[in-house]
Amino acid sequence: MGVNILTIVILLLLINSLVSVYRVIIGPTHQDRLIGLNLILSQVTVIMVVAAVNFHRTIYLDVALVYAILSYISIIAITKYFKRRRLRK
Amino acid sequence: MRFIAYLFLGMGIFFATFGNIGILRFPDVYTRLQASSKCGITSVVSIFIGLMILEGLSFITVRILIITIFFLITSPVSFHAIGRSAYEEGILPWRKKKTEGKQ
Repeated sequence: MGVNILTIVILLLLINSLVSVYRVIIGPTHQDRLIGLNLILSQVTVIMVVAAVNFHRTIYLDVALVYAILSYISIIAITKYFKRRRLRK
Repeated sequence: MRFIAYLFLGMGIFFATFGNIGILRFPDVYTRLQASSKCGITSVVSIFIGLMILEGLSFITVRILIITIFFLITSPVSFHAIGRSAYEEGILPWRKKKTEGKQ
């Protein structure tokens, strides 16, 4: 019973992430794309944690923690890159 | 106990859906930032609370708690960095269109 509901949660989160992929593709500015990307990254982290509880694999939790750290560092690095590129002009 | 966990999971799905619809529908960077940050953090934390209640007191719960605390610290920082980058690039906030005149 619990397995089915967690699988439905994973499917609904995947369908929700596809809506943000559309914003990443058509976004007018760079910051719109970054907002959509940040939401997708957080939802992928949630999907990993739900899969760890669903399949009883504790290794997915470590993967989710490392993924959260890498997404945070990448968002900070991309915003710093845009700032530096603007100063160079 | 199981019913409370399902309630938290449903609330997380609800907020995730409306956050994504807000990203698709709002007209500006700053309004999209508001919808994304509020709904994103609320949905993630409520789904984690539901999973912790569903799992009970075990080794998985402590790790989920660590991920939740890390997410609560880092996610506002990254959204703030995106907003500051948009402000420094010179993007003006969206205003409602007047009946005449520009914009």
